[in-house]
Amino acid sequence: MSKKHKEVAYYPGCALEGTAQSYDRSTKAIGKALGLPIKELDNWNCCGAMEVKNIDPKLQTYLSARNLSIAEDMGFDSVMAPCNGCYHNLKKAEYDLEHDASSREITARLSNKAGHRTYKAGKVETIHALDWIKDSVGEEGIKDKVKDGLKGLKIANYYGCMYTRPRHIFPEKDQGPGSESTSKPHYMDDLLDAAGANSVEFPLKTACCGGAHTLSDSDTSTKLVLNILQAAEASGADVIATECPTCHTGLEMHQIRAEKMFGKKTKVKILYFTQLLGLAMGLSPRKVGVHENFSESLPLLREKGLG
Amino acid sequence: MPIHEKSLIRPENLVEQDELVVDGIDVSGHWSTFITSRAVTDYNEKMQDEIAGLAGGEFIHRCWQCGSCTNACTINALNNDFNPRYWIYLIRMGMEEELLLDKDIIWQCVSCNKCTYACPRDVNPEGVMKATAHWLELKGHTPKSPSMIFDEGFSEQVFKTGKIEDGLVLRQFFAATGQKLTQTWLVSMVVGLIKRMPLTMLTRLGLATFFRPRTSNWGAARAAIDEYVSEKRNENHRLLGLDKMEDGR
Repeated sequence: MSKKHKEVAYYPGCALEGTAQSYDRSTKAIGKALGLPIKELDNWNCCGAMEVKNIDPKLQTYLSARNLSIAEDMGFDSVMAPCNGCYHNLKKAEYDLEHDASSREITARLSNKAGHRTYKAGKVETIHALDWIKDSVGEEGIKDKVKDGLKGLKIANYYGCMYTRPRHIFPEKDQGPGSESTSKPHYMDDLLDAAGANSVEFPLKTACCGGAHTLSDSDTSTKLVLNILQAAEASGADVIATECPTCHTGLEMHQIRAEKMFGKKTKVKILYFTQLLGLAMGLSPRKVGVHENFSESLPLLREKGLG
Repeated sequence: MPIHEKSLIRPENLVEQDELVVDGIDVSGHWSTFITSRAVTDYNEKMQDEIAGLAGGEFIHRCWQCGSCTNACTINALNNDFNPRYWIYLIRMGMEEELLLDKDIIWQCVSCNKCTYACPRDVNPEGVMKATAHWLELKGHTPKSPSMIFDEGFSEQVFKTGKIEDGLVLRQFFAATGQKLTQTWLVSMVVGLIKRMPLTMLTRLGLATFFRPRTSNWGAARAAIDEYVSEKRNENHRLLGLDKMEDGR
């Protein structure tokens, strides 16, 4: 078992303070249960999400760099972000600061004016919550902690866009056996299967939910989400596991919207992978924030003997 | 480069005689189809440079028209007219009039980056789509898209306080675009949640709308960002020749 990432800085991001409180709650809960200490970044700021880059991409780089500089100030060499948007932006800032002189120049200028240290590429590694579990305790560590397990619950693992694309900002992926794949990611499958789930073959793992336009072009997002929900059901899944608050909320919201606006009802439930891991380790549904999801999965969990 | 763009053939230029006999041979219907030629003379020679000068458009010149972007595109799968490869072609050729035929859908790119992932030439087509949508708005060809209204409202909040509160983002966007908060699907989402949620959580969520999350000591960062944003805006206006237009008025 690798001891990598034994203690990490935690960057929850705005979504985990808002609509995705259940992701925050369940991430902290499994960290505690697995004996993985995390420390929240002091006075962090928004990474720019998917919006600031459309005003100006260099501002997004600056916003992310400020967070990385805080991790460095706190003495950490890795920062863990459960949100795909935050994870993606921090990774992208790292890449741009290493490869693009004008990103470096603008970040330095803004950091000086704002009165904090200028972050330089290579000081802090950004990891996803999936990397955090996979690299520290791994499947074996999960198996050790699992009580009743997920009892063969059929799960479609949905990774979304920002975890894998574009490829160049994730230099550690696609490095052969064992490493994460950008075309067919498997970390979530590995962990949940270790927790006793039965991950189904799901072809839309990295399809887009239309999250960037979830409110500004809702009909498009509803069509994209409906496609994902129906594909998951066709794959035999009872639950879609998510690892991104934008995807998660998008799936929940457009599942309801598809029913209300287009009369298309789907019954697959949506849970964060951290909630599922927590349940497998014997934490109560309340402890992992199942009641805070829009998707009402408690009846299904009870039926499967998991609630 | 002799690329024959089917999309450039306008429906009205496709001519077909229902009944036609030439030299005793019946060529009625599609056998007699021909295309009336048309000459394009009004190339906009500045268009590519202008779009390349906006953020995201920098690498448009690398495109060799393989079509991997369109093939991979999430939105193209829903709407065939959404064709990044074709738009890059039009921009590089300076065919503004043709591009404007699609002006109302270009903003619909969802930034899934499948195109950027597939592109063998590192064009960054996702960035090109954003730069093109931005160009259309700056030039006054299109009104601000719902997406741009959302991005601006969101970013303003980040620049002002360092963080966002999602409830506020939603309320502001609905107000800016004249949508009601009482849409059936939204109401049903919230009602479902409230039914299950413990009272303490609801109180906390309610409080969050009054005590908004913010980053402390953000003033200096805010000033630096505001200064950069206005610098950048002037730069873009100069690039597109909008500053002269404004002076001339």
